[in-house]
Amino acid sequence: MGGRKLARFLAQRIVKMVLVVLAIIVVNFLLIHAAPGDPASVIAGQSGAADAKFIAQLRQQFGLDRPLYEQLWIYVSGVVTGDLGISHRQQRTVASLILERLPATLLLTGAAFAFAIASGVTLGAMAARRVGTLTDSLITVLALGFYATPIFWVGLMLVLVFSVWLNWLPSFGMATIGVELHGMAALVDGARYLILPALTLGLFYTAVYARLTRASMLEVAMLDFVKTARAKGAPEGRILRRHILRNALLSVVTFAGIQAGQLIGGSILVETVFAWPGIGRLAFDALLARDYQLLLGVFLCTSVLVVLFNLVTDLLYAWIDPRVEAT
Amino acid sequence: MSAFLRNRGAVVGLVVLLLVAILAATAGILFPFSPWDMQGAPFMRPGEMGFLLGSDSLGRDVAAGIAYGARVSLLIGTVSTIVALAIGVTLGALAGYAGGVVDDAVMRFTELFQTVPSFVLAVVLVAIFTPNLTSIVIAIAIVSWPPVTRVVRAEFLSLREREFVQAAEVLGRSRAAIIFAEILPNALSPIIVLASLMVASAVLLESALSFLGLGDPNLISWGFLIGAGRSVIRLAWWMSVFPGLAIFLTVLALNLVGEGLSDALNPRLARRR
Repeated sequence: MGGRKLARFLAQRIVKMVLVVLAIIVVNFLLIHAAPGDPASVIAGQSGAADAKFIAQLRQQFGLDRPLYEQLWIYVSGVVTGDLGISHRQQRTVASLILERLPATLLLTGAAFAFAIASGVTLGAMAARRVGTLTDSLITVLALGFYATPIFWVGLMLVLVFSVWLNWLPSFGMATIGVELHGMAALVDGARYLILPALTLGLFYTAVYARLTRASMLEVAMLDFVKTARAKGAPEGRILRRHILRNALLSVVTFAGIQAGQLIGGSILVETVFAWPGIGRLAFDALLARDYQLLLGVFLCTSVLVVLFNLVTDLLYAWIDPRVEAT
Repeated sequence: MSAFLRNRGAVVGLVVLLLVAILAATAGILFPFSPWDMQGAPFMRPGEMGFLLGSDSLGRDVAAGIAYGARVSLLIGTVSTIVALAIGVTLGALAGYAGGVVDDAVMRFTELFQTVPSFVLAVVLVAIFTPNLTSIVIAIAIVSWPPVTRVVRAEFLSLREREFVQAAEVLGRSRAAIIFAEILPNALSPIIVLASLMVASAVLLESALSFLGLGDPNLISWGFLIGAGRSVIRLAWWMSVFPGLAIFLTVLALNLVGEGLSDALNPRLARRR
């Protein structure tokens, strides 16, 4: 793909992305309005002075007495400048709370995704090369099993086996508390805490990607250009890597993009199981405290993450398949 | 039907599903007490003190919780699927039959719902509208309809050009009659397959919601049982292991039935595999 074409493709994607994010912001605004208890009555309740005049004054201060479309405008312009409102329970801005927790979630989902892609594609390629063998059916059965297992339960079972029974890995948090670690030691410590949550989140997708890789490799292997490559006398390993696998990866990437939302949704459950201090855990705490402002901030943030992830997979797709046309 | 019965996995799935349904129906006979009531000492291992699957931190019977929880899972799974089908079929039929601007608008709307992380949206909806049976069913339906719309739209797009639809139009049948009596019955088989898989994911979604404490506070459910067992997993593994197995078996059975239906209703595809 030429430079200009790529630029046009990117521009179209970004316009679409901005529209989707705007629509999500509007949905978020409507949900805030549906949530019980506006900020005014929450504050009035906390300060113990719930007389009508005080609440009316607060409502005016927050602009809650203006018509809905005006409030929507105030909200949208606020969000665009990074103002997601205030968590009245924690007395901090929602944006600062989320930003503080975001790196942990990105680390967890990134590690899980990388693990799932690497192991899934490897297993799928193995299964496709040995169709009908034990390896092949084992992978199919595993995939079927992971489709049916609740992700939080997988996490708990891994904790049961690897932390409670075998005592190999920690089950709680992100780093050893009360010890000052530096350099390699800190890295090793962090990795040990990351293994179980990342495995929990990644295993399901390993199964999905393995199945997908297997199916699309078998499909691509029957196409004419593979026969041509073989007739030309290209070595089998090269055909597998450059011709079959490269094309089969396209469907895996497409699917990864579609499932980005599920990956992030899953991280809420995994972070809850492992007390991983990311935005999923933040959402769970917001749930317990009935902190709707914060909860909706997390919703908005995760939606934007999905949209960004979709953009990345679009670019990956364009990179793997040079024929891709901007649509 | 015979094609379905020839599929061994599908038959096993159907049998498991029937057993779960029987368990749900006879929960009141097998365990003639409330699953919330204390029945003996706390933290009894499976088999001790007459607790088949052990007791929890308050001496409640885990097996009874699973039996009563089956009711909640099956109820929410089927009802939310029916609601999602109603939304999805209506929108899909509208988009596929009307085409043009309507089609565009509906598809943009569907894409928006497919972009938003569905589990997070479900959590937000249930939390805001307070957790109860209705809000859970509606939240699950709201995040599950988009695939139905896509499938129904695609079927309608191809079916509306067929002769039998044109004949009905020439005969002057009403638009509603054409959509519901002519086209929809012909689009039924992919909808049925999708529905069985949707029940499976609704059961998973419900368990995840109640695991986070977003279940109906008056109903015991599998996810709630696992959530209750989470903090005491070092003391009582059975509290979280058995309800998880119940979810696993039910969802696996539903998926197997779905695959069996898919093979039976699309014989061409099945033979290719």
